[in-house]
Amino acid sequence: MMRIVALAIASVAGLVMLLSPFFPAMESVGAQSSEIFNVIAAIAFILGAGSLVKVNLSRVGRRDTGWGYAFVTLLCFAITLIVGLGKIGVPPNPQFAATPWAGEKDAAGSAFAWIYEFILTPITSTMFALLAFYVASAAFRAFRAKNREAMLLLGTAFIVLLGRTFAGVWLTGGFPEWASGLRLENLSMFIMQVFNTAGNRAIIIGIALGVTATSLRILLGIDRSWMGAGGGSA
Amino acid sequence: MEGVLGILERLDRRWVFLAMALAVAGPILVMGITRKTLPETPTDASRAVFQVVQSLPRGSTVLLSFDFDPGSAGELEPMGVSMARQCALRGHKMVFISLWPLGGQMIDQTIKKVLRADFPHLQDGVDYVNLGFQTGNEQVMRVVLTDFKRAFPTTKAGRATADLPILSGIERVGDFALLAQVSAGYPGSKEWVQYVVSASGGKLPMVSGCTGVQTPQLYPYFPGQLRGLLGAIKGAAEYESLINAWVSDPANAAEMASAGADGGVSAVIPPKYLEAQRRMGPQLGAHLLMVVLILLGNVVYLAQRRSQRRAAA
Repeated sequence: MMRIVALAIASVAGLVMLLSPFFPAMESVGAQSSEIFNVIAAIAFILGAGSLVKVNLSRVGRRDTGWGYAFVTLLCFAITLIVGLGKIGVPPNPQFAATPWAGEKDAAGSAFAWIYEFILTPITSTMFALLAFYVASAAFRAFRAKNREAMLLLGTAFIVLLGRTFAGVWLTGGFPEWASGLRLENLSMFIMQVFNTAGNRAIIIGIALGVTATSLRILLGIDRSWMGAGGGSA
Repeated sequence: MEGVLGILERLDRRWVFLAMALAVAGPILVMGITRKTLPETPTDASRAVFQVVQSLPRGSTVLLSFDFDPGSAGELEPMGVSMARQCALRGHKMVFISLWPLGGQMIDQTIKKVLRADFPHLQDGVDYVNLGFQTGNEQVMRVVLTDFKRAFPTTKAGRATADLPILSGIERVGDFALLAQVSAGYPGSKEWVQYVVSASGGKLPMVSGCTGVQTPQLYPYFPGQLRGLLGAIKGAAEYESLINAWVSDPANAAEMASAGADGGVSAVIPPKYLEAQRRMGPQLGAHLLMVVLILLGNVVYLAQRRSQRRAAA
C-alpha cells in the first residue's frame, strides 16, 4: 500500500511539473509543488546532519582508522551549529531593535562571520589551490602521446593552455592579418566555439533524450529503483 | 643525455610541486611590486557581457545570482565584483540572490567592497538588496518564473520583500531587465538556462560568468540563450579590462559623475578592480610550466620506448 501511495505522489507531482509550463492555469499548482519540494529539501538538511553525526559517532565509538578526523568533524559541526543557532556575538538588528535575536547570524562581528572569514574561506580556498600541484604532477606523468588520438589531445591542450594566457599573444601576435586565424588566442577560441560546442551539443542532446526516457519510466511507474530496496521494476 | 633522462625518469613529484609554487609565486610577487598587469584582448563572449549591461536603459533592475562559495572565489569573485561595479556605474538597480548556501556571504563581501565603498549614496532596499540564499535548487527557479517574492519572501537581513521599493513592479523573474549569474557548478548557469531562460521564451536576457571547468559546457548556449559568457579568470580579466578602459575614458566623465562614482574618471584604477588581471600572471606561469612538464614527460616516454624497442631487437 505504501509503495502505491509513494508511486502515486511521484507520478502526480511529476505530471504537474511536466504540464505546468504548457498550461498557464496550472502555473500556480506547479509553483505550489515546487514549494512543497523546498520544504522537503529543508527537512533533508536535518536528515543529512543527523546522518553525519550518526556515521562519525560510530567511527569514533569503534575507534576506526582515522577516527580522529571523525572527532574533529563532529567537534566543528557542534561548534558551528551552536554558534549559528545561538547567534553568538550577533549585533542587534536596528530595524527590529525591540526583538531579541533579530540580528543576522552572519552579521559583521558575529562569531559565525568569524568562522566563515577566518576558517571556512581559507580552508576551501586552500583545497581548491592544491589542485594546481596535482594537475602539474599529472601533466608530467600521465599526458603521454601514446597514439594518434592522444597526440591530437595534447596538441589541443597546448593551443588552449597557451591561447588562454598572454603567451599566445606574445608567441603569435606578430602574425599578419591574413593569418590572424592562426594566432593562438584565435585558434583557442575556434576550438572552444566549434569543436567543443559541436561535441557538447551532441552530449547535451543525448543526455536530454536519456532523461526524457528515464523520467517517463518513473512517471509511469515502470522504473521504481528510486524507491530503494524492494522498489524494483514493474 | 642518458643522465638527464635518468634524472627526469626518477624525478620526485615534490620537485614538480616546488616548480609549480615558484611558477605561481614569481608572477604574484612581480605584479605586486610593479603594480603592472598583462594586456588583455577581450574575446567576443566577454565583450558581449560588457555590451549587454551597457545597453540596458539607466535604472534597469538586474537580477544577480551569485552561485558560488569561497572554494571558487579565486576565479569567480572578480566577476561578481565587476558585474556589480558596472551595474552601479550604469545606474542599474541590483537584486542579489544565491542558490548556494555560502553565496549570501559572497554577496555581502561584494556589496561591502564595491557598493558601500565606492557608491555610498546607493541605498539598501532601494538601489540594491541582498536576498541571500534560498534552498531548493531548480525548484527555486521554477517558483521565480511565476512568483519571485514567493521564492524570496524576506531579504537576508529579514525584511519582507513584499514592500521593498526595489522590487516594486517585479512579479516574476521575467520582469528583470537582465539575469547576470556567476556559477561554480550545480545549481548554476546550465540550470538557469534550462529552467528559466528557455521557459521565459528568450524574453529574459542572461549573461554568465563561470569556472574554467564549466566553460566548455556552456559554450553551446552562447550567443543564443547566453548573451555573454565569461570563462574562468581569463574571462574575468577581459571583462575587468573593458570596464577599466571605460572608466578611464574621459568621454564617459559625465556619465560617471551622474552615477555618483567616487572619484569620477581616473587613470589610476584601485587594486581591487585589477584582481582578475593580476591573477593572469600566475596563470601564465602555471600554464607555461604545464606545457614544459608535458613536453618533458613525453621526451622521457619516447626515450623509454626507444630503449625498450632496442632491447627487444
